[in-house]
Amino acid sequence: MTRKKRRLGLISAALAVLGLALGLVLVALRDNIVFFYGPSELAQKAPQAGQRLRIGGLVRQGSLVHEGDRTVRFAVTDKKQEVEVTYTGLLPDLFREGQGVVAEGTLGQDKLFHADSILAKHDERYMPRDVADALKRQGVWREGAEAASMGK
Amino acid sequence: MIVETGHYALVLALALALVNSVLPVWGSVARDQRLMAVAPPVALMGFGLVAYAYIALTMAHVVSDFSLVNVVENSHSAKPLIYKITGVWGNHEGSMLLWVLVLSLFAAAVASFSRSMPEDFRANVLAVQSWIAAAFILFILLTSNPFARVAGAPAEGNDLNPLLQDMGLAIHPPLLYLGYVGLSITYSFAAAALISGRIDAVFARFVRPWTLIAWISLTLGIAMGSYWAYYTLGWGGFWFWDPVENASLMPWLAATALLHCTAVMEKREALKIWTIFLAILAFSLSLIGTFLVRSGVLTSVHAFASDPTRGVFILLILVIFIGGSLALFALRAGGLQQGGLFAPVSREGAIVLNNLLLTTCCATVFVGTLYPLALEAITGEKISVGPPFFNLTFVPLFIPLFILMPFGQLLPWKRGDLAGVAQRLAVAFGAGLIFMGILAAWRGGPAVSVILSGVAVYVILGSFVDLGRRLFGGGVSTEMVSQRARGVPRHAFGTAFAHAGLGVTLLGLAATGWGAEKITMLTPGDAIEIGPYQLTFESVVPRNGPNYSELAGRTTIRAKGEVVATIEPAMRFYPVRGMNRSEAGIATLGLGQVYMSIADVAANGAVNARIFWKPLVALIWIGALVMAFGGCLSLSDRSFRVGIARRAHKARAPSPQPAE
Repeated sequence: MTRKKRRLGLISAALAVLGLALGLVLVALRDNIVFFYGPSELAQKAPQAGQRLRIGGLVRQGSLVHEGDRTVRFAVTDKKQEVEVTYTGLLPDLFREGQGVVAEGTLGQDKLFHADSILAKHDERYMPRDVADALKRQGVWREGAEAASMGK
Repeated sequence: MIVETGHYALVLALALALVNSVLPVWGSVARDQRLMAVAPPVALMGFGLVAYAYIALTMAHVVSDFSLVNVVENSHSAKPLIYKITGVWGNHEGSMLLWVLVLSLFAAAVASFSRSMPEDFRANVLAVQSWIAAAFILFILLTSNPFARVAGAPAEGNDLNPLLQDMGLAIHPPLLYLGYVGLSITYSFAAAALISGRIDAVFARFVRPWTLIAWISLTLGIAMGSYWAYYTLGWGGFWFWDPVENASLMPWLAATALLHCTAVMEKREALKIWTIFLAILAFSLSLIGTFLVRSGVLTSVHAFASDPTRGVFILLILVIFIGGSLALFALRAGGLQQGGLFAPVSREGAIVLNNLLLTTCCATVFVGTLYPLALEAITGEKISVGPPFFNLTFVPLFIPLFILMPFGQLLPWKRGDLAGVAQRLAVAFGAGLIFMGILAAWRGGPAVSVILSGVAVYVILGSFVDLGRRLFGGGVSTEMVSQRARGVPRHAFGTAFAHAGLGVTLLGLAATGWGAEKITMLTPGDAIEIGPYQLTFESVVPRNGPNYSELAGRTTIRAKGEVVATIEPAMRFYPVRGMNRSEAGIATLGLGQVYMSIADVAANGAVNARIFWKPLVALIWIGALVMAFGGCLSLSDRSFRVGIARRAHKARAPSPQPAE
């Protein structure tokens, strides 16, 4: 086999694999990405019921209600808008009222957000970044007030 | 006082790195022996100074010197000693210092063990390594000084993030760093080869052991990191396709590809351009990983503090080193001579396919990791790309690799016979199919698990087909076998074990499909069934640790009425940070595990519990250990030895020898 033919074979094999990968990536990106919204954006964009979403904000003080067997209900707020969330399962260690939270799930017809996972951030010294940004856009978050750490 | 000397040592190390950045290259251009001879001792001294700085910082942590910002923010006098030591790298500044320590360790290792390398080549390797070291020491000194003092030292520190107070953490960052900072050496070799114009089998021969060392460490580091996440995060998962995990997976994929194609370059002088490119790519991915993790563009347990200047600085380092090397590559690669010819069906052909698939896998991970960041930067839209994306892209590309792996091992160089190899693999293939059939008939469960288990069995057996034939072929006595075993090179054993290890991991991954999960409320005395076991939640026991208090839920596990284990999943409270952390209770039974974590302990002792039965889960990490063991076997092979064997060789025959 000549060098030229061999190279041609190599290149076509490479293109085939890359093409396959590209196709997979495009399909996956179309179907498997999840948008993140704060409560205000959620109200404004009004995504279709049933679409997978992530929402983030603060858990409103006094909004946490235990509805019997491991089901909880709470409100996520950015101090302008809020959205009611229901979730069945174990809440993460760092879940508290007044703290930042990210929930993933779907928005029901009833405007209730059915979360199937609640993300806790590893460290409570800072806000989940998505949440901080969502709050910043609403002008609620002040840089430095919360993030101020000693010695700096 | 020792702190100031540590700081000073780091400044001196920067000065030495700058010296070593210039003189050896100048020496190699001007053909001046004396200038080139500067490199090794300076590299050793540089390592000594960085090590001193690192020890100084560790001392400050050990004695709880709260006049240091770094110690105040990340330590507490009541913290156990082991976490005072490991806490040094549990924060941004300290971990960057560890980064530089590993970087200079590799420079020092090359300086001491590669005496047989051509002098100009070694001088250039050490010079390039010094460029990287200089950039990162400068980064530490300007933006992340671990030795900064605090005015008015407080009496007590803020303690370390409780999640990081754990033995898994104690081991995984240094291993990971040995791995992905270790790849800096392959980068330096590639850049030096481009500068010296020495892109040949000699390059491949010298770069192989270093790639292998980095690869072994990276494999172990990723496995340890995943085990740590498994038992401290309390969700029972071991891989989340989190950007930080991806940041370590991408260099691993590139390093694995590099490991294979350097073999082709050494044996057959082919794929030169590609090998050099991969060597650059592997470390570039490490740099990108460092940027992602350290710059604060991502939020995770690893992003300790976000500070925009740091992000910009690392980005600058990234651009200079990746851009610079690629420019050099473009300039030099064109003038390369063509390598040896090979037929598509051959060892070389198999390795080309391996490289193609591995780098494509790596590219999909890259897209999945960076696409959300890019989209946010461009449109402001926030998205998350999770496991479904990777399951759909990475997994289908990786499965063919498993199928092809045993083929590659059996194909000879230059030209192979596909039908013959397939015939030899028929046993392994049949065993895989039979295993699938048995599983489907007896166990049932998800089809994916059944199929992947069969593939895993095929990979494990297929990895040993070659060795089996070499040792036992033609029906021989035990004596003959041991005699033959001595004749087979160690790297053949290494390859077999490394490949089989991947199969073992795959088997562990496949078995997750047969697991069970229960989330329930338990009060003391409650019993629950999970998998083949019965669990009884006995009581909640309050306890005190050195810097935490905890409520442990004592639970006994029974199999057919017999108590087989007792676990104590706990809810820990760390008062200094006011932070809770759950400590999972794990019982390893055979190769499977019962995993339980608790939360929300009520006054009457009722807890919310999350209980998993994970059959064969231990295989996931055992597989990684087997892979690393295979790597070590190869490393002990004569052809991989970094310098010792060659020195003995030299003593006998003083004439300078090229690589074998």
